Amino acid sequence: MEKPKIATTSLAGCFGCHMSFLDIDDRILNLIELIDFDKSPIDDIKEFTGRCLIGLIEGGCANEENVRVLHEFRRHCDILIAVGECTTMGGLPAMRNTIPLKECLEEAYLDGPTIFNPGAMIPNDQEIPLLLDKVYPCNEVVKIDYLISGCPPSADTIWEILTALLNNKPVDLAYGLIKYD
Amino acid sequence: MMKYSEREVKEICSAYSCDSSRMMDILRDIQKRFGCVPEEVIDLIAGQVDVARVEVDSTVSFYAFFSKTPKGEVVIRLCNDIIDRMNGSDVIAEVFSRELGIEFGETTPDNKITLEYTPCIGMCDQAPSALVNEVVITDLSSDKVRSIVKTLKETGDPLKLVSRLGDGFNAHHLVKSMVHNCIRRKGKVVFAFADCDPNAGLEKAISMSPVEVINVIKNARLRGRGGAGFPTGMKWEFTRGAEGNKKHVICNADEGEPGTFKDRVILTELSNLLFEGMTIAGYAIGAENGILYLRGEYAYLYDFLASVLNFRRKKGFLGSNILGKPGFNFDIRIQMGAGAYICGEETALISSCEGSRGDPKNRPPFPAQKGYLSSPTCVNNVETLCCVVRILDKGAAWFAEMGSMGSAGTKLLSISGDCQSPGVYEFPFGISVRELLREVGAINAVAVQIGGPSGQMIGEDDFDRTICYDDLATGGSVMVFGSERNILEAVKCFMDFFTEESCGYCTPCRVGNVLLKRCLENIIAGKGEPSDLDYLKDLGETIKTASRCGLGQTSPNPILTTLQNFRPVYEALVHEAKDGCRPSFDIHAVLKDAQNITGRKSVYF
Repeated sequence: MEKPKIATTSLAGCFGCHMSFLDIDDRILNLIELIDFDKSPIDDIKEFTGRCLIGLIEGGCANEENVRVLHEFRRHCDILIAVGECTTMGGLPAMRNTIPLKECLEEAYLDGPTIFNPGAMIPNDQEIPLLLDKVYPCNEVVKIDYLISGCPPSADTIWEILTALLNNKPVDLAYGLIKYD
Repeated sequence: MMKYSEREVKEICSAYSCDSSRMMDILRDIQKRFGCVPEEVIDLIAGQVDVARVEVDSTVSFYAFFSKTPKGEVVIRLCNDIIDRMNGSDVIAEVFSRELGIEFGETTPDNKITLEYTPCIGMCDQAPSALVNEVVITDLSSDKVRSIVKTLKETGDPLKLVSRLGDGFNAHHLVKSMVHNCIRRKGKVVFAFADCDPNAGLEKAISMSPVEVINVIKNARLRGRGGAGFPTGMKWEFTRGAEGNKKHVICNADEGEPGTFKDRVILTELSNLLFEGMTIAGYAIGAENGILYLRGEYAYLYDFLASVLNFRRKKGFLGSNILGKPGFNFDIRIQMGAGAYICGEETALISSCEGSRGDPKNRPPFPAQKGYLSSPTCVNNVETLCCVVRILDKGAAWFAEMGSMGSAGTKLLSISGDCQSPGVYEFPFGISVRELLREVGAINAVAVQIGGPSGQMIGEDDFDRTICYDDLATGGSVMVFGSERNILEAVKCFMDFFTEESCGYCTPCRVGNVLLKRCLENIIAGKGEPSDLDYLKDLGETIKTASRCGLGQTSPNPILTTLQNFRPVYEALVHEAKDGCRPSFDIHAVLKDAQNITGRKSVYF
């Protein structure tokens, strides 16, 4: 029987949740017995090759590219898991949410105290995805099946969830795994 | 630059002995005198009263009736609760806006008139209504609005707007208000007072020992009329037994629950009864100090109530050795509120009386142990204190016989909305909603909001349920909705109210209610999904469980009770999303800013 597939991506995140995922250390060898990776930075597959059982999303949606990728994940994955603070709440990138987009760009490229920008240009290349007016948590954009808080969630948390799902067991995390203060 | 004189600020502070617990009065006087409380004046007050600047600042910014920036000489506050909207306040708002040439929240260029919205001002029986400075204008029509604007532009005097005076003491020279009492049904307890001897209750009380008085109240099974229904005798007993030399009686006349206006009528017509009740409470718990906390919206009654207090002092019903009883000293002062719903919550009310933001306090300690200025304090509703007098006069058995099992006596109900005779009704507890609707002439009612937004909305299936503490508890607000009304619009109106009035102290209430409201708006806009209904329920329960005070513990009720009683209304609006994409997320709308800034279109959407 073909192994189920897992896809992962980092949207408006810092890759910290992926690092935490890699912190499962040698357990990744057990994991790879159970699953194959599809589209993911872990194996560098850029596009989906088929249907996936699980999609792990890191980061919220800050630009149109994030939304496109998230839509793609929703289309290709049976179970979408929002991993970490940015995905579930917007996280640090959402600090710009109280400031109009134009002001944000001007502060970043024109007015900030450390800016050297003699051409007074705000980058505007066709290749740069358009920014959304705000940073949105993923569950406001598509339906998400599991939301895991934490910045980042620990490797053990991610491991528990994946093994539970792969073994068709209910995801029942011990208090210590979801307690953050 | 604001015009203010340092001397005047100092005078106002001195008038209250530079006492920080009288901050509300100081700020009210400043606001009245200068039209605002500017930053420089905040500095001055902080220096005079000797408190941190931030304390003054946070108090100023907390209350709707204080402002740091100048407003017009006349501030028109149009009530925008659901009953006023049902009576056409939207049209009224449009006409005000058009006639004045400004939007809501703005001031005319000549700085004469400011236009604002305000939540329920306690006039739902004569809606739409507005406050013009402290003057209440009722039964507004687009015609009236035109003449109001004309008069204000010509004279700038809100008092000129009152042409015909209301009934009873509304016509008293110290009130001069166009408000009507709308007393529709007089019961045996509160509204029967006119037939009795003044002070009969107080005289009987002082012929007994304080403990005996408390026992009478306990035997009468009197419970608090504000809505929570705590046994009054027990509250008095706790306060009496609490440690502390100075004790206080506070009457909660911050009648802010939308749709409630029965205290307004008591304050107008039966103020002597109320003050007598407070005096009895003072005697029973051993307090010498009483405070009537009067909501800012009822400021038009202040002079009148103050004159009643003076009258009672002159007659020896207040002051030292009351009615010749040696050592029985009690007096009452009026504390004005300044437009904050949360101050109806007793611990927030105490904070406000102490001159601070109306922040609720942690319980325990309960006010009975440690309340106003850290002394044992008994906070009672206006109607409760009126019942006290009648119980002392007529006896506990007389009172306990009326009403239903767990709910003795009568209840004043403020009934508004889709009925022929909105107004105040006094019924014995235990009346069914169906009977009530018949009495008030509500022919096509499909929904009734019992107990205001913080209560519950019931449908026809529940009309045989009864008004009492064991079934449908209410502080008095009953809003009737006819078959042509959109239930969810009412729910949204209530959620707007709660998000606005949340004090912001605790996260479940401050953030949770906004999330509830946002989800509800999506559903109303047809962008909701079936899973949203579970989300609303879960989030609502969380807010109720995790909030610090009564506001957050009840604010999800409009949604939770309608989800339970009117679920088909919600279900008809929600649809399963295609492809798992949220219908409420509009990618084109959220890209608009970036497209305008960059001048290019999205490559994907």
